[in-house]
Amino acid sequence: MGLKEVLKPLGAWRQVARRPHTILVPQRQREAAERYRGFHVNDLEKCIGCGTCTAVCPNDAIDMVRVPGIEPKKGDSGFRPRIDYGRCCWCGLCVDSCPTMSLRMTNEYIWIRDVPDDFVYIPGYDIKGFENKEKGYRKEKEHSFTHYHRVPMRELPPEERVETFAEVVLGYAEEEARREADRCVGCGLCIAGCPDRMHIPDYIRAIASGEYERSVNIMYENNPFAELCGKVCTRRCESYCSLGHEGDPVAIRWLKRFATERFSDLKQVIKVKKAEPKDKSIGIIGAGPGGLTAAYYLALRGYRVTVYEAMPEPGGMTMAGIPKYRFPFPSLKKQVDFILSQGVDLKLNYFVDQERFRRLMKEHDAIYIGVGLMKPWTLGVPGEDHPNVIYAIDYLRKVNFNEPVEIGKKVVVIGGGDVAMDAARVSRRFGAEVIIAYRRRKIDMPADHEEIEGAEEEGVEIWEKIIPLRVEDAPEGRVKLVYGKAKMVDQGPGRRPKPVLIEGEEYELVVDRIIVAIGQQADLSFLPPEVAEKIEVERGRIKVNHRQMTSYPGIFAGGDVANRVADAISAIADGLRAVKGIELYLQGSMD
Amino acid sequence: MSKKEVRLFIGPQHPGVTGNMSVEVLLKGDTITWAKTHIGYLHRGFEKLMERRIYIKSFPLVCRICVPEPDTNEENFARALEELGGIDIPERAKWIRTLVLELSRLQMFIMWYGGIAGSMGLSTPVQWGIGDRDYILDLFEELTGGRIYHIYIMPGGVRKDLPEGFEERVLKVMDMIERRLPEYDEIIMENAVVQKRLKGLARIPKEWVDEMGLTGPVARACGFPYDVRKDHPYEAYPYLDFDVITEEGCDAWAMLLVRRREIDLSINLIRQIIDRMPGGEFQVPLPNVLYWRIPPGETYVKSEATRGEFGYYVVSDGSDKPRRVHVNGPSFVHGITLLERLLVGQNIADVAPIMVSLQTCPPEMER
Repeated sequence: MGLKEVLKPLGAWRQVARRPHTILVPQRQREAAERYRGFHVNDLEKCIGCGTCTAVCPNDAIDMVRVPGIEPKKGDSGFRPRIDYGRCCWCGLCVDSCPTMSLRMTNEYIWIRDVPDDFVYIPGYDIKGFENKEKGYRKEKEHSFTHYHRVPMRELPPEERVETFAEVVLGYAEEEARREADRCVGCGLCIAGCPDRMHIPDYIRAIASGEYERSVNIMYENNPFAELCGKVCTRRCESYCSLGHEGDPVAIRWLKRFATERFSDLKQVIKVKKAEPKDKSIGIIGAGPGGLTAAYYLALRGYRVTVYEAMPEPGGMTMAGIPKYRFPFPSLKKQVDFILSQGVDLKLNYFVDQERFRRLMKEHDAIYIGVGLMKPWTLGVPGEDHPNVIYAIDYLRKVNFNEPVEIGKKVVVIGGGDVAMDAARVSRRFGAEVIIAYRRRKIDMPADHEEIEGAEEEGVEIWEKIIPLRVEDAPEGRVKLVYGKAKMVDQGPGRRPKPVLIEGEEYELVVDRIIVAIGQQADLSFLPPEVAEKIEVERGRIKVNHRQMTSYPGIFAGGDVANRVADAISAIADGLRAVKGIELYLQGSMD
Repeated sequence: MSKKEVRLFIGPQHPGVTGNMSVEVLLKGDTITWAKTHIGYLHRGFEKLMERRIYIKSFPLVCRICVPEPDTNEENFARALEELGGIDIPERAKWIRTLVLELSRLQMFIMWYGGIAGSMGLSTPVQWGIGDRDYILDLFEELTGGRIYHIYIMPGGVRKDLPEGFEERVLKVMDMIERRLPEYDEIIMENAVVQKRLKGLARIPKEWVDEMGLTGPVARACGFPYDVRKDHPYEAYPYLDFDVITEEGCDAWAMLLVRRREIDLSINLIRQIIDRMPGGEFQVPLPNVLYWRIPPGETYVKSEATRGEFGYYVVSDGSDKPRRVHVNGPSFVHGITLLERLLVGQNIADVAPIMVSLQTCPPEMER
């Protein structure tokens, strides 16, 4: 150590001649990096208020609050995140887990106010001036916490399908199911989509963690036809799924199917709590999903329940209407047997007519009508009484009950709903060439898109904008459909375009059978006149209140005969609602 | 305490103290006769907090266990979870992580280099250290979205890929820092004040290294060639070419030399990493983080932080929250066991240089 060590540090003076490194804020602003985690912005239109950001926030900085002007609607809770910047640590976990990718961060980091409350605000609603800032931390779809891709479902190849009535869908393997179930973020928006309000996130989470028994028990809390729904549900829940906005919704239906199919003996799995027997009896007309649901939960509540069914097998439309490649018989039998094992009395081949209805009214303290829609709508065109014109509903029933049917080599199915798809795909399995003729376009079809795709894969042709004009006899025992073409006329926003016949054009199609599948109607002729006159009927459906009671006290109705949705899950929901209604009615405390 | 002694608290509010801690000393004249470290000024309880939150929510928390060098925490915790959860991360993720760790180490050492001079009242190097460190923070900002808390290393890899042209910008900053270092040396290493005060200061008896479990630059300054990067390599370190730096001398000056050479080593390693950065994926998908349950088990992972061996002991009971997390920071022994004994017999004016030499970090003691 010497003089050198004393003088050397003076070299620091060289810095005086250099430019400073510092930036003089606020005279000069420094823009933060491209992916800087700054103040949040939220696209309120894209946001669905699922609350995933709240769930993942480590500091509880995010609240979900109502925002003026945003009402809850299908798949949207109506809530929006409000962020407290006194708590926020700018980690961006909320951004990485936002299923709709509406929430992101800007690279803005300076915002000065003297009011502390201004730092608790709703991004996107409380305008702060950096809403249009493009730069900032964003979620990358493929590199985030959200799993957007559904585990694909294995199916029989189309060429094999048409050879057999074996189930098309093969189901998930355990690992696949758990992986699929694990995608669920648990927001619960789907519950609003389910008519029966099943506890979807709960049973999906149970599947994800391998607790299948618990999962099925959760399902049976409000649905004794969980396996049926796992196979053929119209699954409106899935269209509400928060993952569906940027990716595939969780396969709620297939997961339900997976869990329920694991158990062959439901009696050992479902833990039922039966109430003390009560001295009241309920008669249920129609052993469809709605009637049997009501029967099951009434029996659990201790009531004596008798179900009357006109057909030789229980199940209603699920027995007679749904083809076996979608819903095999053993599966139905397993579920119905479990319901019956709870002390439900079932009388088969018991067609309730007016006389019998009067007797049931005397025998029972309350009656539930769940007869469904068994009378097909007719085309209303000349020549429809031709013997080669058959109705899909009768056709499918005969097939399901193994009665002989003859459809020939070429058929045309008229209609665009699920029944039309079923009739077409069943006919393909009999080796016929099948055309579906629909008066609107394919995109307007009410049938499930998977059914439409399935039918096309199996070789069904779909003709759009076809309006049947008349039916004529054709040689060699065939039948001729004379039809016109339609043009679509816009009906204004929110309404389906209407097909209007193009006048002056006529086409002919010669086939072996015309299968009419344009819907069914209720047949209420079994109601004795003194009852019928007191039961209000609205546009072909029995009118019921919020407890499923008709305008005749003590008579309840549900399922297709009372609701317009006409699917299994809404029938099940009606049955469940009626249970509460019947209980309140019998206690004399109907609200 | 005799009547001739004075009891004095150094810290927690004292510019020479390394963070929110204090040292209580008894003074006889200028000489310390007894010392005790006091912690408890942070009130954070990281380990307990982690037991009550799902795994992913702990990531914005663990980085706060060491403010100047947060990435070791993130990397250790992520690696522990990957080990327990059976997740294999892609090669590129390992290299990016190593890059982040080295950048973090580098900025920490640069700041420290200025800081050690600051502890002796030389204020110029402090400004330089903070200033030049900011160029690395700029890189972090660009890469991770945050300057101080990066929250970038997550189980499964890293959160984002390297931005376009990032490697070149890293190399540019390295060149810049390398150009600056001789100027630092001039005012720190070749400074009579620093040499006079640090040489022979806080000489650690060699046997203490084993007795107390000293690690990092403190142990290496005593000639113990222990470096987790070399002895228990993790991430991309097994593929990197470097030697463990040791010095003999066991005093504050030797620690300064070790850390000065560590700066060169870090720059060298960063260049190696950039040179050999593999392509491919930088992340594997995690299970749903909101419900991520980790199979029961326990593990201890460790890494080399600037202060020494840094470890995470994580126990999972199969639920979605850790049963126990224990953070093993080197400052625990350096700041309590070692510091309390080392201070005895020292001059009060040397408390700050000694603490900075040991590079104690209070959150590691009080986690």
